Amino acid sequence: MASLTGYAIVSMILFSLGTIGVVSRRNIFVIYMSIELMLNGINLFLVTFARYHFNMDGQILSIMVIAIAAAEAAIFLSVIILLFRTRKSLDTDIFTDLKEEVE
Amino acid sequence: MHTPYLIWIILVPLFGALINAGFYFYHLKLKKIPEKLFAIVGTVTPFIAFLFTLSLFLQLLETGENVEQTLFQWLDVGQLSIEMKFLGDKLSIFMSMFVTFVGWLIHIYAVGYMKGDDGFGKFFAYFNLFLASMLILVLADNPVILFIGWEGVGVCSYLLISFHYTNGANVMAGNKAFIVNRVGDLGFILGVVTLFFALDQTGLSFSVMKENIHLASNDLLILSGFLLFVGAMGKSAQVPLYVWLPDAMAGPTPISALIHAATMVTAGIYMVARFHFLYASVEEIGLFIAYTGAVSALFAAIIATKQTDIKKILAYSTMSQLGYMFIGVGLGFYSSGLFHVFTHAFFKAMLFMGAGGLIIALHHEQNIFKMAQHRKRLPIISATFLIGVIAISGIPPFSGFFSKDAILAAAFQQEQYLIWCIGMFTAFLTAFYMFRLYFIVFKAPNGQENAYVYTDKTITFPLLVLAIGAIFAGFLNFPAIFGGSSFIDSWLAELNSIKLHMSHATEYALMVASIAVAALGIFVAYKKYYNYDVFKPETEDGLIGNKFYVDEIYHVLFVKSIKKLSNFFVDTVDGKIIDGGLMYACRSFIGIGKKLAIIQNANVRYYAFYMLAGISSISFYVYITLLGQ
Repeated sequence: MASLTGYAIVSMILFSLGTIGVVSRRNIFVIYMSIELMLNGINLFLVTFARYHFNMDGQILSIMVIAIAAAEAAIFLSVIILLFRTRKSLDTDIFTDLKEEVE
Repeated sequence: MHTPYLIWIILVPLFGALINAGFYFYHLKLKKIPEKLFAIVGTVTPFIAFLFTLSLFLQLLETGENVEQTLFQWLDVGQLSIEMKFLGDKLSIFMSMFVTFVGWLIHIYAVGYMKGDDGFGKFFAYFNLFLASMLILVLADNPVILFIGWEGVGVCSYLLISFHYTNGANVMAGNKAFIVNRVGDLGFILGVVTLFFALDQTGLSFSVMKENIHLASNDLLILSGFLLFVGAMGKSAQVPLYVWLPDAMAGPTPISALIHAATMVTAGIYMVARFHFLYASVEEIGLFIAYTGAVSALFAAIIATKQTDIKKILAYSTMSQLGYMFIGVGLGFYSSGLFHVFTHAFFKAMLFMGAGGLIIALHHEQNIFKMAQHRKRLPIISATFLIGVIAISGIPPFSGFFSKDAILAAAFQQEQYLIWCIGMFTAFLTAFYMFRLYFIVFKAPNGQENAYVYTDKTITFPLLVLAIGAIFAGFLNFPAIFGGSSFIDSWLAELNSIKLHMSHATEYALMVASIAVAALGIFVAYKKYYNYDVFKPETEDGLIGNKFYVDEIYHVLFVKSIKKLSNFFVDTVDGKIIDGGLMYACRSFIGIGKKLAIIQNANVRYYAFYMLAGISSISFYVYITLLGQ
């Protein structure tokens, strides 16, 4: 059986990859997938430690995260569709309407 | 002894003021009200106040027991407890007697004097308010209530000096009076506070203070006595805070008669007499007061000899007589000082009212030489004026003689020969300048037929009553040496810290001396001015004519330097430091904001990065701290 540290490192790598993806990628779909990656990294972490401590709370929490992530996915995808309809693009750098013009 | 109607002495004129003010607003905004109505309210209320005072006086004469009335607890903070309480003891009833009586007469006089003035109703509202404030001052049971009246009369003085406010000079004179008095008021407040703490905060009632006066250290008593006297200097126009009084003559003449001759300016003397227990325990300050009085008396008398404005001459003579009163109270012989206040109220009010009558008859001419050139026959005014002039010069048996002589005798007995000499010389000058005024205005030949002018009864009636007072008021304190009863001396005996005990020979000699100097003064004035050519008027020039340049010196010392200081504050402190500082801070915030706005570029990825950076740094910090434990 792989050690606890192994699970923890894998989940940290997943989370870091997600983070880097969110910050560095421009495509909204990729950003969305990176967020999902971060969530799953956390889920793995929760499950690992729940198992390690023989405490089911963490597993329950991770199932809730998955459920909420599913709901979020529905909203996120519809928002992406709306954004694409207005600008015909999925590049985040052109969605800067909230920027205040500084003279 | 508690009495329910002591307060009505104050309330009746106060109601008069309120009613007149209400009428006046009605008169202005809705419908014209005849002057008669204002005049009735204005003159009846002081008379009712006088009747109340008279009944209390008779009661006091019979029982000899102080009357008092507590209205309510005004302040109760820690040790400081102030009751709205009024006290009618021998001193305050004595003062309010002549304040209400002379006040009533001057109110009647004002009806004639102010006839046809646009602000007739306003004038009587202010006038009644003044009387109420003065009575608060006189009847107060503690210095704080006294201060309410003190400020009240100051405000009324200000309002009435600049009564004809369309003339800028009047407004300036009102401002000057108010501001100079403020210097004195500051002294008064500090004096009361010092006294309160000097007496271990035992209370502020005059009776309590009197009992506890031994608790205070001598130094603090000297300090508070001095500070209180600074207040008196301002109010009673003594050197060096006298400059407002001559300028205050810009107001209508009834004001000059009531406020700036008979009542308000004597408030300082009254206040010193109220604190007699304090001044009795610090003789140095008493002597200081006496010397200030003597210097003021002499100084004002010298200036008065060169003045050409009739009201200014009378103003300086008021200041000079106030100096005499301070000699009396400063030496601890309060009854003579207050007796002089009493007689002075009569003859000086009469002189001012006579001058006012003349001014009206001669179409507002105030220069005595020009008045002489256009002289009219005014028999009652000229007769009463002569009585006033004789009374102030100190010729027996007119009232001024007895009161002035008592003060000079006290100075002689206390071996203050310098004060006595100054007093005698001032008496000579007083006789001289008053008869100079009289001879020029009424006697010097002008080679013209003088037409008779009718003077309104409201003007002559008070003059005649006061003339009787000016002649006979002296007999109220007829000296024992002539078989008199010295009524006022015995009435106010409890205030006095010294007693007159001179041999009859000395007393006679002093009287003869003071009559002699007065006669000499009259003689010199007669020689010089009885046949004076009024078409060659004297001018106010030279050192004396320019009032020793005191106004100019004050202008340079205080007005200009304070203006410079204000300009410094306006330009440098406010304009550059405060405004500049604030503007610099604002601009810096704007600049910083602009710089920071760059990172707020609406780019989601950057926001995510900032968040990540923030979380990372906090996590790092927490990690480091946990590692440290």
